[in-house]
Amino acid sequence: MKLPIYMDNHSTTPMDPRVLEAMLPYFTEKFGNAASRNHSFGWEAEQAVDDARRQIATLIHADPKEIIFTSGATESDNLALKGVVEMYREKGDHMITSVTEHRAVLDTVKRLEKQGIKVTYLPVDKEGFVNPEDLNKAITDKTILISIMMANNEIGTINPVVEIGKIAKSRGVLFHCDATQGVGKIPVDVEAMGIDLMSFSAHKIYGPKGVGALYVRRKNPRVRLAPMIDGGGHERGMRSGTLPVPLIMGFGKACEICMQVMPDESKRLTQLRERLKEGILKNLDEVYLNGHSTKRLPNNMNLSFAYVEGESVLMGLKEIAVSSGSACTSATLEPSYVIRALGVGSDLAHSSIRFGLGRFNTEEEVDYVVKRVTETIQKLRAMSPLYEMAKEGVDLKTVQWASH
Amino acid sequence: MAYSNKVIEHYNNPRNMGSFPKDEKEVGTGVVGAPECGDVMKLQIKVEAGRIVDAKFKTFGCGSAIASSSLATEWMKGKTLDEAEKIKNTEIVQELSLPPVKIHCSVLAEDAIKAAITDYRKKTGSNGSV
Ligand SMILES: Cc1ncc(COP(=O)(O)O)c(C=O)c1O
Ligand code: FES
Repeated sequence: MKLPIYMDNHSTTPMDPRVLEAMLPYFTEKFGNAASRNHSFGWEAEQAVDDARRQIATLIHADPKEIIFTSGATESDNLALKGVVEMYREKGDHMITSVTEHRAVLDTVKRLEKQGIKVTYLPVDKEGFVNPEDLNKAITDKTILISIMMANNEIGTINPVVEIGKIAKSRGVLFHCDATQGVGKIPVDVEAMGIDLMSFSAHKIYGPKGVGALYVRRKNPRVRLAPMIDGGGHERGMRSGTLPVPLIMGFGKACEICMQVMPDESKRLTQLRERLKEGILKNLDEVYLNGHSTKRLPNNMNLSFAYVEGESVLMGLKEIAVSSGSACTSATLEPSYVIRALGVGSDLAHSSIRFGLGRFNTEEEVDYVVKRVTETIQKLRAMSPLYEMAKEGVDLKTVQWASH
Repeated sequence: MAYSNKVIEHYNNPRNMGSFPKDEKEVGTGVVGAPECGDVMKLQIKVEAGRIVDAKFKTFGCGSAIASSSLATEWMKGKTLDEAEKIKNTEIVQELSLPPVKIHCSVLAEDAIKAAITDYRKKTGSNGSV
């Protein structure tokens, strides 16, 4: 086993060596511009992009023509939201999203709000689910877009996307889904899920950084988008710019591999996840699971360790890469809004650690992480005034804290 | 974020970690911060003849908060109450090379020092000076 251990695969994933191999020729000998229509260099690149587009579309049960390449899921989210709002503004000025969306959605929505769009932010329940009934009630005749994520990047909760898609369809509202954490990890079918626009990214699925896609439905209904980047009219005019052929080749290969390995990989990762959870829960008391016990991404485990602060945990786990929802780790000094949205209290948000398992993690690594997490939490609890007070029987909720 | 070597050293080998019985009359206790803010610091001093003869801390907070309180106990020991009261958060920042986002952790340590001294004085009804 090699140190350090990488267990932060929601943040990004290492590239699969097979992906790199697929990309390499397109940096050097096959360097053509896919938009060059009049020589073999261009044809070769175009053919390659077509193949990749097919591999990507296959993974999500879409038509290849419905794949628009972008620089990543952030751009896809921006394009979907801003593009739809600009195009459908006369139809209405209301959209619906949820409080636990990724910043790429929430910050885009905030900008749209400044431009006069009215936004309903759906709450989530204590396990992180959006309630489809809430969605149904929030739709008005002015609603033009619903943007709800497939799986949460912090707590792994998988939303009831099929039901959300059905409601969107029956009420005639477009449904955008940020599926960045879902694609490649769980089966995704844009038809069965009733998704009209969907964002995802290569670097979360063992592909390269800097390329992603927006799925844009072409039939029932045909979704139109105002482009955010004008230029040569690439990607059906929705996203101009010369295609990064090597990155796209890597993206395609990454999707092809996910398609092949998903059943086995998700089973294996679920086993590792449960081994991690059970190992930690066996050794430590007052550890709380954030999210749902089974309706979560196979690779996600998010735990709050009462009475210890997340950044100090990360510091103790210096040879293990995981992340925390603690305020001390964030630039804004605010604890995770996702965990706070579950209503567990800020103290448990400060104490949360996210474990993101991936294709290259092993059982041996999981066992090592269990051991090191146990040691670190025990050490920090011995150092924690809150743990001491709790053990003395003090109810921390009734203490008058000298807040600053 | 990268930590300074001194922060790492205090985190790995905290000085004077632990507790004194709160009710002992020569002990002053300061608890500052709040769990919702992600940081709670408890500093305790043991005073004899106006001088801090021992100090202990427990901290819920980031590595810089742990290091700040550990360092505070080291600095307080041997000082009179009046001297200890003059410890400034800026000195802690300098000693531990804390970056700007971690300055509030040192402020918390300064507050905890003051709170422990105040508690001792209140308890003994004296200003602690000799
Ligand atoms: C749910 C979700 N949406 C969007 C993004 C942004 O993806 P990208 O890095 O490809 O821009 C991420 C990645 O952190 C994510 O997890
Ligand atoms: S205690 Fe939060 S940054 Fe130090």
